[in-house]
Amino acid sequence: MAADSPPPAVPEPKPEPEQKPGPEPEPEPGPQPAEVHVRFDRVGKTFPGKGRGAAPHVALRDVSLEIRRGEVFGVIGHSGAGKSTLVRLVNGLETPTAGRVHVGPHELTALGEKGRREVRRDIGMVFQQFNLFRSRTVAGNVAYPLKVAGVRQPERDRRVARLLDFVGLLDRAHDHPEQLSGGQKQRVGIARALATEPSLLLADEATSALDPETTGEVLALLRQVNRELGVTIVIITHELDVIRSVADRVAVLDSGRVAETGSVYDVFARPRTEAAARFVGATLRDRPSAQTLARLRARHTGRLVTVRVRDDQGGFQTRLARTFLDHQVAADIVFGGISELQERPVGSLTFALTGPGGAVDAALVALRADGVDLAEEEEA
Amino acid sequence: MHEFTTNLPVYREAIRQTLSIVGVSLAAGGVLGLALGLVLYATRPGNLLGNRAVFLAVNVLVNVVRPVPFVIFITAIQPLMLHTIGTTIGTGAVTFALSLSAAFAISRIVEQNLLTVDPGVVEAARATGARPVGILLTVLIPEALGPLVLGYTFIFVAIVDMSAQAGLFGGGGLGDFAITYGSQRYNWPVVYITVATIVVLVQAGQFLGNWLARRALRR
Repeated sequence: MAADSPPPAVPEPKPEPEQKPGPEPEPEPGPQPAEVHVRFDRVGKTFPGKGRGAAPHVALRDVSLEIRRGEVFGVIGHSGAGKSTLVRLVNGLETPTAGRVHVGPHELTALGEKGRREVRRDIGMVFQQFNLFRSRTVAGNVAYPLKVAGVRQPERDRRVARLLDFVGLLDRAHDHPEQLSGGQKQRVGIARALATEPSLLLADEATSALDPETTGEVLALLRQVNRELGVTIVIITHELDVIRSVADRVAVLDSGRVAETGSVYDVFARPRTEAAARFVGATLRDRPSAQTLARLRARHTGRLVTVRVRDDQGGFQTRLARTFLDHQVAADIVFGGISELQERPVGSLTFALTGPGGAVDAALVALRADGVDLAEEEEA
Repeated sequence: MHEFTTNLPVYREAIRQTLSIVGVSLAAGGVLGLALGLVLYATRPGNLLGNRAVFLAVNVLVNVVRPVPFVIFITAIQPLMLHTIGTTIGTGAVTFALSLSAAFAISRIVEQNLLTVDPGVVEAARATGARPVGILLTVLIPEALGPLVLGYTFIFVAIVDMSAQAGLFGGGGLGDFAITYGSQRYNWPVVYITVATIVVLVQAGQFLGNWLARRALRR
């Protein structure tokens, strides 16, 4: 290791001043024209069936997406929704069976394997299982992409030292991966992915194999990569915490289709599609499940109504209380939760409402007229 | 003991011949088998250089050649030997046949061990923009090195075994010595000392292989 050369604290940011994200994250990437970094244009991917006569597997259908330069873009959805396939189309590890994929100025789908290899050198990738080379040391792992890119000594050693310093593992340079903890392994994975100073980083369930505390560390590192180095990040996950703490915008993938795309807050606070609402409910855990509803019905006599909590519903609790009082409706909070997303409140509360004939209906009409977003839980 | 000592010069020559046959066959067959094994691994459909036609052709060839017993194999390829090295007898001819036979066995061992390498590691290498041949040589072989060394050690023992039949084709060696100077003359000390020599040779090879594999695996 080039211990004599003074390593700068972090790799130099990419020289793209107008695209560099500011020190404050944009909570809502507004209407300002942002350069598109990755574009999916009606992309489909069908895998041939495994074994004779097996039906082909449609992993993605008609996916259109735009990922902006410098943002952290989350792709969420249940396992089997096609997330991993989608991220592998970005660096050409898989090729689509329909549509086009653009990365920067390149149309990946128009390039041959050789051209895709060139594009890949400007795209880093981190994996759920780290996928480190066991036969190489920590430094050797980070040096590998540099060797592939033809970076010679002593420049290679210098860059490896700088990267290991950036991820806080300079003292482990000569260890082998099996001597490291999970979080350390992923930090080596991130250093390796950043070795060629790519403008785009793909993270495929990068924290799913880690415990909550280590997940936090790795997410903080990814955030630092995005903010300090200006690297665009596409992060695939099924974990809410990952989206909550790093993503600017998300796409919800459901059975190979994009159900919804938008800012993290919008998608979580106002899911517009059934698929997104289901995923959001399952991750936020603020909506009662069918089993919970059955138990609530057994326990409470009233009608069950769920009110959505959002930042545009300011003072709604006072309004609720007043309306219920005016209509002589007894309201018990029986389920729900409120948490923060991008520093704004999100969640829902489920009430059991009882009152004299027609009073509950009248109260609900009044609340709806007042702009309160509520929904009665239907009988199963 | 003089039953053996009178044959000492022949014994020394037999050891030299066996070491030469085994050493050259392991090296030549090892390189050729590695190449064949890499082709088998890489051309498997869906793999780095997936090519069904090449894979099937090489796969069938290996499957046809491998089950043929060495004595029959060396007889069967006599026309090929005449064509390429100009003779069908002697140490050279035996070494040639043995190298070829070993290559086919090694190709399977290489293929199997490469298949055990985590596909995720290969994917990580692909994601860096590395070329398939580069991935084979700089990722797959190093990742599978420990088991590969053990596989080669296994083949070394098999080659020692097959080299005992060299005498049938004028190739000399310890097998020939044990039969010609030993059993055919009822000279049992020669037989047992030869057997012991082969055991020592195999033990030494196995010990070296284990040691190298342990170093590769860092265990």
